[in-house]
Amino acid sequence: MTAYEPVIGIEVHVELATESKMFCGCAVGFGAEPNTNICPTCLGLPGALPVTNRQAIEWIMAIGMALNCEVSERSVFHRKNYFYADLPKNYQVSQYDIPVCHDGFLDVTVDGETTRVGIERAHMEEDTGKSTHVGEGGRIHSAESTLLDFNRSGVPLVEIVSKPDIRSAAESRAYAQELRALVAELGVSDARLEEGSIRFDANVSIRPEGIEAFGTKVEIKNMNSFRSLERAVDYEIKRQVEVVSDGGEVVQETRHWDEEGDVTHSMRTKEGSSDYRYFTEPDLVPMVMGDVWVEEVRSTLPELPAQRLERYVEAGLDSDSASVLSAAPAKLRGVFDEAAVAGADPRAAANWLTGEVTAWLRRTETEAPDLPLAGADLAELVGIVADGVVSASAAKDVLDGMLSGEGGARQVAEARDLVQISDTKALEAAVDEVLAANPDAIETYQGGEQKVVGFLVGQVMRATQGKADPKLVNQLLREKLSG
Amino acid sequence: MTVTDLTVVAAGERLRSGSTTSTELVEAVLDRASRTEAQLHAFLNIDRDGALESAAQADAELAEGKDRGPLHGIPIALKDNMCTRGLETTASSQILAGYVPPYDATVVTKMRDGGAVLIGKTNLDEFAMGSSTENSAYGPSFNPWDIGRIPGGSSGGSAAAVAAGSAFTALGSDTGGSIRQPASLTGIVGMKPTYGTVSRYGLIAFASSLDQIGPLSKSVEDAAATLETIWGHDPLDSTSFSGEYPDPRAALSKGVEGLKIGVVKELAGEGYEPDVESAVAEMVEQLHSAGAEIVEVSLPTFDIAMSAYYLIAPAEASANLARFDGIRYGHRADGSTTEELMARTRAEGFGPEVVRRVLLGTYALSAGYYDAFYGQAQKVRAAVQEDLERAYQSVDVLVSPTSPTVAFKAGDRVDEPLSMYLADICTIPMNLAGDPAISVPIGLDGQGLPIGFHVMAPALGEEVLFGVAAEVERLAGFDARPEIPVVAE
Repeated sequence: MTAYEPVIGIEVHVELATESKMFCGCAVGFGAEPNTNICPTCLGLPGALPVTNRQAIEWIMAIGMALNCEVSERSVFHRKNYFYADLPKNYQVSQYDIPVCHDGFLDVTVDGETTRVGIERAHMEEDTGKSTHVGEGGRIHSAESTLLDFNRSGVPLVEIVSKPDIRSAAESRAYAQELRALVAELGVSDARLEEGSIRFDANVSIRPEGIEAFGTKVEIKNMNSFRSLERAVDYEIKRQVEVVSDGGEVVQETRHWDEEGDVTHSMRTKEGSSDYRYFTEPDLVPMVMGDVWVEEVRSTLPELPAQRLERYVEAGLDSDSASVLSAAPAKLRGVFDEAAVAGADPRAAANWLTGEVTAWLRRTETEAPDLPLAGADLAELVGIVADGVVSASAAKDVLDGMLSGEGGARQVAEARDLVQISDTKALEAAVDEVLAANPDAIETYQGGEQKVVGFLVGQVMRATQGKADPKLVNQLLREKLSG
Repeated sequence: MTVTDLTVVAAGERLRSGSTTSTELVEAVLDRASRTEAQLHAFLNIDRDGALESAAQADAELAEGKDRGPLHGIPIALKDNMCTRGLETTASSQILAGYVPPYDATVVTKMRDGGAVLIGKTNLDEFAMGSSTENSAYGPSFNPWDIGRIPGGSSGGSAAAVAAGSAFTALGSDTGGSIRQPASLTGIVGMKPTYGTVSRYGLIAFASSLDQIGPLSKSVEDAAATLETIWGHDPLDSTSFSGEYPDPRAALSKGVEGLKIGVVKELAGEGYEPDVESAVAEMVEQLHSAGAEIVEVSLPTFDIAMSAYYLIAPAEASANLARFDGIRYGHRADGSTTEELMARTRAEGFGPEVVRRVLLGTYALSAGYYDAFYGQAQKVRAAVQEDLERAYQSVDVLVSPTSPTVAFKAGDRVDEPLSMYLADICTIPMNLAGDPAISVPIGLDGQGLPIGFHVMAPALGEEVLFGVAAEVERLAGFDARPEIPVVAE
């Protein structure tokens, strides 16, 4: 049987959370009363004209830079002509041959393996309005109607088109997640899938392994979670393999992901390809980017996930904890950076944050930004554990005390009586007492059964109510037993 | 001379000296309109109450010594493709019947800020597509010089209103000659400013890269006064010019001594009426006598400019007019699906010339034809611009007839779109170039119909343009007035 290789490209639409719309002064926002954020321009009234939102251009440049793209010298808008009720001008102002950003890449990792996904382009356009179809179900002659809300009309929309470099459903999901994380990091979009502020379409085709030529591609739409994206791509790959294996041919079409049925359905197939009759938007003049502006935007970029990961690994974290920490809320990452500056061992600090601290947040239902922990305090906690002042298990209680507002690490350890006995002389007495009470154990040890030391350590710990430093106890016992 | 024959400048002097009031001027033009509109149909809509209210306000302000500029208290008219808040605006299309804009075009705001008194909205060819005003869905306008003839177009209503004295000055829009050609055919001054100097915000678009609003006035100085009121950078129009604007008055009395004037070789010959050619030649001779150096200039691309125009303008129009779909405003036809509703609305709402151009433009932009049509037309456009740049290296201004003919008879060209298109042969290159140009009346032909003289200048060359135009006006001494068979009171 022939083995097939899936070839996948993903188109992502990101609504920018700019103060105003792409070409007018109306507010951008989710959830406003229908048709309240509208004006002559975004309603397509006769005579109204567009004015380009500079912030949107800066933000798409930032996205492009984060995706390692080249920024074009000029931004040129085109009209994309098609009739649709929620497209007020019946053309969309978009970009055609000169996108703002082109030729970049994004690295995605699945099961420890990293793939570089090429970015074809990232271009700027305006969103459409929203149609809500209303029908009185059940009645044959019921009058169906459609409600139109133009609040979304003209919201800045960035379309990011990947190269067909993705080879699996899991990679599709990882690419989408990575891209969403990046856009969220840049702070340019709400990037909420459920509100549609970030949307994914996938182009899926298959080809026999070892063959260069692409198969017929199918566009799949309507995936509104990462999970459904992965499942839809997975389904589509299997469907195509089945079609071809049965001697059929894949038809070029758009298919709709049906979340309930767990399948893709063919949408009405368009005869031939649409002719959008693109031409340069005469109401706008080309915007010249210029080196100065580009560098200005570049200087405002925050640290991006990939850069951060690299920095964590350089700081000594293993790649797993580096990626867990990198994906952690900004507040936690901030505490990490502060703790490291305060001298904490980075590995220990990362473990605390991604382990106990995260668990505490979840348990107490506290939002990350409200975490009452300073980096210096975490560094102190890490320090007293390393110095043996408190045991690893007691340290968890110390943290709990710290987060409950009882004070710094040392203060809590003392107040809660969790400081280990690390004084050799104080411990020697307890060791001697235990040895005196267990002559059998000494015999056993001397008979070659070294395991008995564990039992004796336990006895000393019990005698000291757990405050003895077990390492030191162990050491003392062995000295005495051997001596 | 009656009050309605006064220029803006003369009326302004009387207003400021207290010898007349804005209310008197408004009553005079309303009276004039009431006796000429049945013959001319210059207006689609006269806002009598609004005009009298604005006039009263202007009178109060002028009495207090508050002066808003040259148009303060002056009755004006607007072509009905400029949006007026609260006042029906249809662009002479059935598809916008009853449409009342919720906002003012920038030129309207500037007119209001300048204290001008809006008399009404004037007739035009539907969506400004035409050269005779016969393509109006609300019936044609007629020429005050001969009511059996058209006033030109598409700003024919504005031209007829000013020529008839029903407005002291008016605004039109010029996409291929739609201000200059009707001005020429009605014996008034019509001027297309440099592209980008007058905001298009609120102008119902025909072809965005070519459309430009400008004045239709009784004199060159009136045109300058009107232009000064409406132009300037507008942040609402991305194509608006933001640099330093020329002073159109600076050279009004300078004459043409020492200037080099180029006569365009291509804008003469076949298709040009002899009376038009001889009047233009005589004016060129007079300019020479007045001290200008005259040279013949060849601009070979002018011969193909019209073909390019009739691809670019319809292409842009096909997209600009897509918004008229019956969904949000204007006429709406019934349909069982959205597509059917849109298609029927457009079929019912657009007149034949609009349909022709939308189809032409859609075709020109279609995959497989784009390069041959729209792409090629853009190259011609660039070549016209280069041709003109070369010409302006050796001359200050170019001159030609504004229209190859005088006003033609109503109905003569309605069924011949190509002969109608030829009416703009002299004016189209300036729209492709974005350069300013003006038409000045220089005399009457053998039948007593006005002839216009076309002066063209490089971009932002309004100072020299108005200077030469003022000299042409002085040399022509054109002071004839049309005799309209008026309805007696």
